[in-house]
Amino acid sequence: MAATEIARQAGEGARAVPLAGHVGFDSMPDQLVNKSVNHGFCFNILCVGETGLGKSTLMDTLFNTKFEGEPTQHNQPGVQLKSNTYELQESNVRLKLTVVNTVGFGDQINKEDSYKSIVEFIDTQFEAYLQEELKIKRTLHSYHDTRIHACLYFIAPTGHSLKSLDLVTMKKLDSKVNIIPIIAKSDAISKSELTKFKIKITSELVSNGVQIYQFPTDDETVAEINSTMNGHLPFAVVGSTEEVKIGNKMVKARQYPWGTVQVENENHCDFVKLREMLIRVNMEDLREQTHTRHYELYRRCKLEEMGFKDTDPDCKPFSLQETYEAKRNEFMGDLQKKEEEMRQMFVQRVKEKEAELKEAEKELHEKFDRLKKLHQDEKKKLEDKKKSLDDELNGFKQKKTAAELLQSQAQQAGGSTTLKRDKERKNIRLQ
Amino acid sequence: VATVGLFYVGIDAILEQMRRKAMKQGFELNIMIVGQSGLGKSTLMNTLFKSKVSRKSVVSTPEERIPKTIEIKSISHDIEEKGVRMKLTVIDTPGFGDHINNENCWQPIMKFINDQYEQYLQEEINIDRKKRIPDSRVHCCMYFIPPTGHCLRPLDVEFMSRLSKVVNIVPVIAKADTLTLEERDFFKQTIREELRANGIDVYPQKEFDEDSDDRMINDKIREMIPFAVVGSNQEYQVNGKRLLGRKTKWGTIEVENIAHCEFAHLRDLLIRTHMQNIKDITSSIHYEVYRVRRLNETNGQPNAQPPNTLVNPQQANGVAAQHQVLTHEM
Repeated sequence: MAATEIARQAGEGARAVPLAGHVGFDSMPDQLVNKSVNHGFCFNILCVGETGLGKSTLMDTLFNTKFEGEPTQHNQPGVQLKSNTYELQESNVRLKLTVVNTVGFGDQINKEDSYKSIVEFIDTQFEAYLQEELKIKRTLHSYHDTRIHACLYFIAPTGHSLKSLDLVTMKKLDSKVNIIPIIAKSDAISKSELTKFKIKITSELVSNGVQIYQFPTDDETVAEINSTMNGHLPFAVVGSTEEVKIGNKMVKARQYPWGTVQVENENHCDFVKLREMLIRVNMEDLREQTHTRHYELYRRCKLEEMGFKDTDPDCKPFSLQETYEAKRNEFMGDLQKKEEEMRQMFVQRVKEKEAELKEAEKELHEKFDRLKKLHQDEKKKLEDKKKSLDDELNGFKQKKTAAELLQSQAQQAGGSTTLKRDKERKNIRLQ
Repeated sequence: VATVGLFYVGIDAILEQMRRKAMKQGFELNIMIVGQSGLGKSTLMNTLFKSKVSRKSVVSTPEERIPKTIEIKSISHDIEEKGVRMKLTVIDTPGFGDHINNENCWQPIMKFINDQYEQYLQEEINIDRKKRIPDSRVHCCMYFIPPTGHCLRPLDVEFMSRLSKVVNIVPVIAKADTLTLEERDFFKQTIREELRANGIDVYPQKEFDEDSDDRMINDKIREMIPFAVVGSNQEYQVNGKRLLGRKTKWGTIEVENIAHCEFAHLRDLLIRTHMQNIKDITSSIHYEVYRVRRLNETNGQPNAQPPNTLVNPQQANGVAAQHQVLTHEM
């Protein structure tokens, strides 16, 4: 085999060269986008909040569809997560939207474990992806990604401060998912109270070290709008699927005797801001952060937990694979050992059973022999008895013949006296 | 499917978001060029990318001209067009097919391709891994067929047969200006038949067509390959326009004129329409095949290396050593 000399002339720092004409690779972003359009997109939103904060209504309003048929049942103990997937289409874009709702969040008397089922749910989605990624034969490009891309945290419009449940929950979730806090049903708060409320919430989040999602400001195209919006967090939203006629248009609104709150009026609430940020500007970034930050963190922790090690600064990193192989070999070894044990046990059992059966057979033979002997003895006894009886019979017959002979001789010889005398003699003899 | 109502939600804005992200990240493309020397490989690359992305092998003395061994030379350039940045890596293989005995000359090339897969795999299975794994995998291997006009040589068949299993092969008829149109068509037909007869699947592979639209487009391409190309870095005045071409006494061959040669078709396929697809097939099919094979075969083989030993980065770990063994068997 010919030896190879590999000469790399530029690794990271490739030289820049000018082009003498139009090549055509400026179509690459279009090629990429076309491919994604063909595949369709996936977006998964988790809505966390107490019962009655209008989570379902807000989703309906955001995506302009009536999602669920019946309102969710709130009679289960503990916090349940209900997930629903919808196929939406706008122009040529197909979106597989999954909305996950927390049912019963905040309903319990003891809320210490409320966050647990949420964390578990998020982890389960990460785990599913990890499993797919670790498979030998995998189909990542057609995998339906269920990882949560955005978590909308619904804050009750008390106007005061965050509840301790909110702080605890958000703290547990901030390293696992992109959190976007929103003030629900914000038409219950006046404008001045709202400003104070927002400031209080933000400072509480900061002082408790809760990392909420920051709209990215590194791309100059969207840096400005994103950084402005970051200052408006948490968004004060109002949701409604009811339409009211304002002027000559039908708008989504909530009608009160004292006035109408228009959902898409930026003076009334931050709904438009939320829609802009969540969907129109940063959907892709939310997906990317989920994959490159939250998922990677989960994966790293999970693999370290499973005993895999990465690196030692001097050596080439351990390959995950080697440890995986070592574990597999260990497992195979254990498996073989168990197999061997089972085989031994089986052999043992068979031997025992065989022995038992042999014993039984032996016993049977003995019994048979005994019975046979018994039978033979009996037979002999009977034969002997028969013989003796036969002998007796013969003896008797002889005597009878002898007696008859004498009698006939006596008759021939004399008279009656002789007969009498003979009879007497006979009697004497016979006696 | 629920179609969003009159109110515009803005879901389709994600396309723009994706475009923005792609522009920011830039693209990578790695093309390998294989063929015996003198077939105009470097020139063609430079013509395709309208810049000096490939250096012609420096010819000094006859002894040095043909390297004793097959070299793999990788050169990267950053190019930019209308805000789209691309890192183009051209991988040259001087020495291929130039020796008297060319047995096993595909081996170093095969090894190089597999080494790139290996490198990517190693990065992918790290616990702490990079945000974006640098992609050095060979996306496309352009194989240059000399314009004999008859049929494929045994070396061509052997190489393409082996390599088409691990990389996208785009065969081209080099220096096609020596063939008349009839000779060219006959040659192409013969080549296509020979490829079929030998079970060689070149790009675009029939089995990877995604849907009927794809198949329709790709069928047309499959009827035209291999493209008969001519490369040039010189511009000439033709009918008042400055065009890339080759000037001969009997006329000027216009490189980008599809009546003269099929360069434009190749360029369109490789760059303007199918570049993303070529990369996708590499990553979701060829790389995955490699990965499956690697993960399956090192199972059951005890890892002889004790952990924590300081090892030479070239022969880093048991995995690479086993990989060496593997390439020997190819």
